[in-house]
Order: sequence, then C-alpha cells, then structure tokens
Amino acid sequence: MSALSGGVRILRFTWAERMVHRATAGLMLACLLTAAILYNGSLSIRVGHRHLVELVHVYCGMALPVPMVLGLLSRAYRADLSRLNRFTRSDWHWLRPRTRRDDTIVIGKFNAGQKLNAWLSCASILVLLGTGVIMYFVGLAPLAWRTGATFVHDWFALGVGLLIIGHIYRAVRDAEARRGMRRGSVDARWAVAEHPGWAQEHVGGSAPTGPIPVEGSSSEE
Amino acid sequence: MSVTGMTSIGRASAQLCGVAGWLQKAYAGRSLVSAGRGRAHPRVVDSEQRPEGAPVGRRVILGLLGLGAVGVVSGRAIQSGVEAVLGPIEMHDPTGLIALLPAGATFRYYSVTGSVPTPNPATYQLAVSGLVDRPRAYSLAELEALPQTALTRDFHCVTGWQVLQVPWRGVRLAELIDAARPQRAATAVRFRSFDGTYTESLTLAQARRDDVIVALRMQGRPITHNHGGPVRMYVAPMYGYKSTKWLSGIELTAEVEPGYWEHRGYAVDGWIGS
Repeated sequence: MSALSGGVRILRFTWAERMVHRATAGLMLACLLTAAILYNGSLSIRVGHRHLVELVHVYCGMALPVPMVLGLLSRAYRADLSRLNRFTRSDWHWLRPRTRRDDTIVIGKFNAGQKLNAWLSCASILVLLGTGVIMYFVGLAPLAWRTGATFVHDWFALGVGLLIIGHIYRAVRDAEARRGMRRGSVDARWAVAEHPGWAQEHVGGSAPTGPIPVEGSSSEE
Repeated sequence: MSVTGMTSIGRASAQLCGVAGWLQKAYAGRSLVSAGRGRAHPRVVDSEQRPEGAPVGRRVILGLLGLGAVGVVSGRAIQSGVEAVLGPIEMHDPTGLIALLPAGATFRYYSVTGSVPTPNPATYQLAVSGLVDRPRAYSLAELEALPQTALTRDFHCVTGWQVLQVPWRGVRLAELIDAARPQRAATAVRFRSFDGTYTESLTLAQARRDDVIVALRMQGRPITHNHGGPVRMYVAPMYGYKSTKWLSGIELTAEVEPGYWEHRGYAVDGWIGS
C-alpha cells in the first residue's frame, strides 16, 4: 500500500460517470422542488401557476432516466454497474452497526450502502416514472389504478426524498468523496482508508503519479 | 365502492397473483445459483475481484417494481387502510408531522395563476348573465338565504387522488339558472373565476342536475380561500377540474366552450370513472 501514498491521485469516476451523476442530480432536484410545490397546500397556493409547475415536473421526471441510459455507452459506467450489482456476504456484514462490524471486511470500490443507494435510487426512479405516466396520461388506466398510482408515487417520492437527504448528509461529511465525484480523482490515502480493496487494485504495477484509469482493472471481471 | 369496486379488486388480485408467481420463478432460479456459489467461496475478501455475490441491482429493481405494481392495482384499498390508521393519530399529533405524510385523505390545492385575490365577503357578487332574460348578481347573504342543498360525496381528481365523503352545502345551480330565465339559444353554462384565468363549462342539462351546486359550505364550515371560497362550484358527478374554484360569474352561452384544463388535454365531459 505504500505505493499509494504521498499525494497520488486515483481516478475514481470518468467524465461520463460524473456527467450522469450531475444531470441526474439536477433533474432530481428540479423534480423534488416542483413536487413540494405540487403537493404542499400552502406552497401550491403561494406559487400558483399549477400548469407550468406541473410541466416542469413532468418533463424533468421523464428525462430523469435518460442520463443513466446514456451512461451505458461508457465502458467505465458499465464496469461500475457490475461492481455495484454484486452484493456479497461482507456487504451484509458492513450493514451492521459499526460497533458490531467485522474488522476483517475489505471494502471494494463501493461499500454496501453505496450499492443499495444506487439501486434504490434507480428502482425508485423507474417506479416514479411508471406511476407518473399513469397519472399524467389519464386515458391510460382506470381511475382505481390512477388512485393507486398516486398513492405509490407519493410514498416513493417520500422515500426518495429521505434517501437523497441521507446521500447528501454522507457527502457533506466527506470532502474527498465529493472531490471524487466533482473532479474524478481521489487521494490514494483516502482510497486506502475508505475503499482498501479497490485501492489495492492499483498496487502491483509501478507506482503511478497521475490518475490511474479504472477501465484496465475492471475489464478483468 | 359497490359492484364496480369489487370487480376491480378481483381483477387486481388476479393480476397480482400473476406477478407474484413470475417473481417467485425468477427468484427460485436465482437463489439456487447464488447458494451454490456461496458454498464454493465461503469467505469473500474482495467482492470486486470475481463476479460473486447476489445480483443486488436486479433484485432491488424487480422488487421495487413489483411493489409499485402491487401498489398501483391495490393502492386504493391500501390507502383507506392507511387512512384508518393514521387519521386518528393525526388528529392528536401536536407536531403536525403526520399531516405531511401522503396518507391520502388530503386535498391538493390547485391554483393556475400567480395569486388569487381574497374578496371581501360583504361586497362579493356572483353574476348570472349571458343569454338570459333576467340577469342579476347575488351577494353572499342573498345566496345564503336561498334554499340549501347538502351533498356528501367522494371528491375525485382526474389524476387519481381522492378525498372520501366530503360534505358540501349550497344552492342548486338549476335554481339560479331558472330564476334568470334562460333564452331559447342558451344550451350551455360557462363559469368564471375571479382568479382571472380559470373557466369551465357544462351543458345546460348537466348544469340542471340535482347534484350540481353553487357551494357555500364544505365540511361544515364556510369554504376557505384555499378550497376556492367564498363561493365555488361543486359538480358532484364529475372530476374536480369541473368544479370551478373562486367562482365569480355564471354565464349562459350558445355552446359549451372548453375550459382551462380542457385546452390542456382533459375531457370536456369529465364524468368520474371515465
């Protein structure tokens, strides 16, 4: 691990991955703000312009999965998806409270919380999109289903809101993690501390000085 | 929730069984595979080195999509259950936080303009005009002095949210129309709102129904501003957008003119259930 100390930076997210995150975050924020206006009575009346607010909400909502789909064009994005898609026994251990956690767990590029956050967000976006379509195109489904769709949309929106609050809370407490998502690379010492299994993938060759591309290691999977 | 309610629940549960069976099959195969792998490598040190572990993405996505589908087809029934549980708690909740939960029994306040003026109840006037022989304007006190009709019905928004068993009280629209003596050419009624933008229309026959009222009271109280007070329409058999809020004028016209939301895609005949 000594090869990865002293200001060495490791590429964590490629440009494409960062853009997917940025676009999704922007669209999600627009959805949440407009949702609050559409849902909360005192905001609805104060802001008014229901049709305009609704249009912003609907278009941002429909666009929400687009960055993720475009991301599939990127090899690094696909590689990270397959990393996120593997939930091992050590991930279950990681989910335990810190005091009861097994010290021998070696965290890879993503910890269990990050994996769950990614998939819960993705799945919720799809559910919100589906129920939103049922609510918006009123001719598609019978009234009972529109009532059901409204019910599901409301509760999933609440869940997504809480998930995002948690996501932002974690990010606020970790400047290096934020730098990784903003600029792409992270300090090697941070990688060793937070994601030792992933940091280890970068040891073995000669000690690099610039960002190390992630594609090389992930293509072995 | 009578015969039609029962059949839609039956249909819904049949569809649910289909979804559940499919998920079960999908999972049965999956868990065998992962169990086998688990035994081969009991302790995984670095999950990313080899494609081991459960495919969490597929499971979370399928699981939540399944949950969402169950919610869509049976949400109406679940919602009344949630309401029954949360309703009494909400009544005694000093924080008011429970009211923020999407428990269902809440109106969503629609306003299509930037701000709506609050009229002085003492000077408020409701004009009945257009193709009539006796146009006139009613003050709030004059409307209150007319015979009142009470209706308790479920309020349905076309997008799906609903509030069950809302008590309304007001003057039958037919009464105001007949008092104005509509001319032969009049076949429709157009409503105006003092928000300055919203309009709606009914055919004359629809407007004369017993369950179409110029509402003055809702849930036992004068209608609040947010609910469209002091005077709003309540067209019981139709979706909420047909019940003009902040009513300022009733005009007899030669034909039905599509209203605000109807220009934006909703049906002119907004019967509930259509």
